[in-house]
Amino acid sequence: MTSRFREQLEEALFPPVVALFVALICGDILIMSYGQSPAHVYGLLLEGTWGNAYGFGQVIYKTTTLTFTGLAVSLGIRAGLFNVGAESQLAAGGFLAAIAGLLLSPVIPGVIAIPLCMLAAALGGGIVGGIPGFLRVKFGAHEVIVTIMLNFVILALLNWIVATRLHVPETLHTPEIHAGSIPRLDEFISAFHGSAANLTIIVAILAAVAVWFFLFRTRYGYELRAVGLQPDAAEYGGVNVGRVWFGALTLSGAIAGLGGINYVLGYKHYYEDGFAGGSGFLGIAVALVGRNHPLGVILAALFFATLSQGGLAIHAVVPKQMVEVLQGVVILAVAMSVPEVRRALQQARKPARA
Amino acid sequence: MTRSPGGPAEQAERTKPAIRMAGIDKFFGPVRANRAATLEVMPGEIHALVGENGAGKSTLMRILGGLMKPNAGTLEVNGRDVTGWSTNDAIAAGIGVVHQHFMLVPTLTVAENIVLGDEPVKNGMFDYARAVGEVEALSRETGLAVSADRKVSELSVGEAQRVEIVKTLFRGAKILVLDEPTAVLSPPEVKELWAVLRRLRDAGGTIVLITHRLDEVMDLSDTITVMRAGETIARLQTSTTSPAEIARAMVGREVSLMSRQGEALGVASHPEAPTTAEAHATAGYSAALEVKDLVVIGPRETRAIDGITFAVQPGEIFGIAGVEGNGQTELIEAIAGLRKPESGQIRIAGHDVTASDVAGRRTAGLSHIPEDRHRRGLILDYSIADNLLLGLQDKFASKGRLDSDRIEQNSKAQIESFDIRPPAAELPARALSGGNQQKVVIAREMGHDFTVLLASQPTRGVDVGAIEFIHERLRQARAENKAVLLVSAELNEVLALADRVAVMYRGRFATVIPAAQASEEVLGEYMIGTRTESAA
Repeated sequence: MTSRFREQLEEALFPPVVALFVALICGDILIMSYGQSPAHVYGLLLEGTWGNAYGFGQVIYKTTTLTFTGLAVSLGIRAGLFNVGAESQLAAGGFLAAIAGLLLSPVIPGVIAIPLCMLAAALGGGIVGGIPGFLRVKFGAHEVIVTIMLNFVILALLNWIVATRLHVPETLHTPEIHAGSIPRLDEFISAFHGSAANLTIIVAILAAVAVWFFLFRTRYGYELRAVGLQPDAAEYGGVNVGRVWFGALTLSGAIAGLGGINYVLGYKHYYEDGFAGGSGFLGIAVALVGRNHPLGVILAALFFATLSQGGLAIHAVVPKQMVEVLQGVVILAVAMSVPEVRRALQQARKPARA
Repeated sequence: MTRSPGGPAEQAERTKPAIRMAGIDKFFGPVRANRAATLEVMPGEIHALVGENGAGKSTLMRILGGLMKPNAGTLEVNGRDVTGWSTNDAIAAGIGVVHQHFMLVPTLTVAENIVLGDEPVKNGMFDYARAVGEVEALSRETGLAVSADRKVSELSVGEAQRVEIVKTLFRGAKILVLDEPTAVLSPPEVKELWAVLRRLRDAGGTIVLITHRLDEVMDLSDTITVMRAGETIARLQTSTTSPAEIARAMVGREVSLMSRQGEALGVASHPEAPTTAEAHATAGYSAALEVKDLVVIGPRETRAIDGITFAVQPGEIFGIAGVEGNGQTELIEAIAGLRKPESGQIRIAGHDVTASDVAGRRTAGLSHIPEDRHRRGLILDYSIADNLLLGLQDKFASKGRLDSDRIEQNSKAQIESFDIRPPAAELPARALSGGNQQKVVIAREMGHDFTVLLASQPTRGVDVGAIEFIHERLRQARAENKAVLLVSAELNEVLALADRVAVMYRGRFATVIPAAQASEEVLGEYMIGTRTESAA
């Protein structure tokens, strides 16, 4: 029992740790190629992120969004579906949250307005995620293609709506919402002053717990994972595979959409065109490095948020694009060392049996 | 039985064999795919290599084609020792293999596919016109009609197969190996293929045909090699053998399990027996499982199940024998709810479940041991405990939440009562041996109350000890008045367990007879379609 647990833990931790190591070595080489000392640059990176309250607040803020998009992608992968549409689902969620916040009256208290806006956000993402789910079940359209294409469609559509109907003159954002604002952390701890961190981080952590419970403690999660691993066996076990596909993509979209509240309700209090800024795509990397486990997703989100914020801190000495290279290295190294990929490679090399 | 004239084989007596394989051993880890296997094929003959799935036919042919090297033994082609050669050597020596799954590029034309790897070139450019010309010439010469200019994606399966054959001939193949060529063909296409192969033989070609269908063997071949469990069991002349003899060589082994053991256990096993009749009278239905006029459309628009009617009584094991691919898989999947029937009716314990989904049928009292545990029966990455829930997940959940205490108790009890080893509930199913994986499936399907059990190839790929165990469980289910529908490729198994035996042939029951009147000889004739009767 304990040996089995240790084995699982090793299997879960081994790839990210190796990846981190490889990334550090690559980082050293890059930093030295700029004539800088790696220790100095890494010191700056840590100082700018974990070393002061503002930087740490920014890390928390970025972690929040990435946790949502990472959870969304990982839920899809658990069902055997690759949701590449978290970017537009995130945007659609943020948009509908803003619309809800604009429609609600300012007299409505937060305890009612915030859940309503969150519901709107989940609805927005859920619709955008549900479309590829429906097309997959009904016509067999591959969800990767549909979600990629839908990114363009949805982002352009939102851009058009905001630009023609809803924007504040001279900007590409909506007016400020009347209700549903989520308090920033600096209201409780003044040291966070100026940072975007807000209480959405708690929603993100609760979402991770909920996803974990759903996946591993409910029969629906059991069925969803079964479909992801072996659809034929799930079908044999009485699971309606099509319904699971549709449900998983809708739920995945809803989680990504919920991430939109971090910016719209918690930070700016309006919807701005392009606010997602790649967080949806980075969610794929977060899910991969986090090994599709909710706890792993939180840790991976924290890691990528640190790198992303750290890029700004070291920009004075080396180009901030360096951290993007490091992100890429981490993703590649993890992709190559996860057991699923290793097993596939081994099977490809093994000759077929009689 | 139509037979081809025996001329070529007699002529060949004087010449060296085209293929001679002797003492071939091939191991994959602990699996011995070939054990001292031998094969001798004379030039100018059609040689059938027969045996059940997993008998080692394909492995032997992969060694011949240079895809694998044997662990021991020698391979001679036209008298030359070529043991351990490569695929390129094999092609150069005139060996052409037509695989069961076509190796064609669908978006290219027939001519492009045929010349692929050896394209005619003019001024450094691919000379398509010449490719078409060469292919058309070869097509005329061999009488294999292919339309050189059409895309492969537009071809029927029969045409695609002809293209595969022309492709090997284009490379100068003199020895043609066809791996189950009829598995995907419709009957007229099979006829056409036979004509082609006879023509090639008469032109001096040597053909090895891998198959497990005895009618094809009798119809086409000159000589036969029978393989079982990696060994060569017999080499026969088609003109002097019978389907029964081949069937015996294919499936026969020392029958350690006597039939009619049900009676030895003192179980009233016949549907006519008064105790069972009483039992279903009180239960308010006439049969545990009733199938009426079932029609299932298989791949390629053919009728995989062509109007089958039967009933299985409580306390009865109803066995279905037959050569694989005659509709057994489709029948079981249709009853289980995994395949939609075209027409007909299925009733479980008196309830019409024709329109129900898999879960609905399970609720109605159906249990199902699927034929392929790796594809359907198990989630290999799930733990034993989680696999013991598959299909029962609703019973182990309240308001959607899984009850981990009950899951733990259940797995503990099942592991013990079905002797699953190692007894570690959290171990993934992938880590178990085949026999123990099957025990997990059986524990799940038989470890709770059910009315009807579908047992499809329940002992496939499991060791002897597990076979005994599984057979005992099936008999016990009968003793407990359950209805069991047993499908097995092992004739022995059907004979040892069933009360009544149906033989499936081309989507129908060729016969339904009480097991007491069944013997391998009788069933064998029905299996290959030499005997038929309108049954059930």
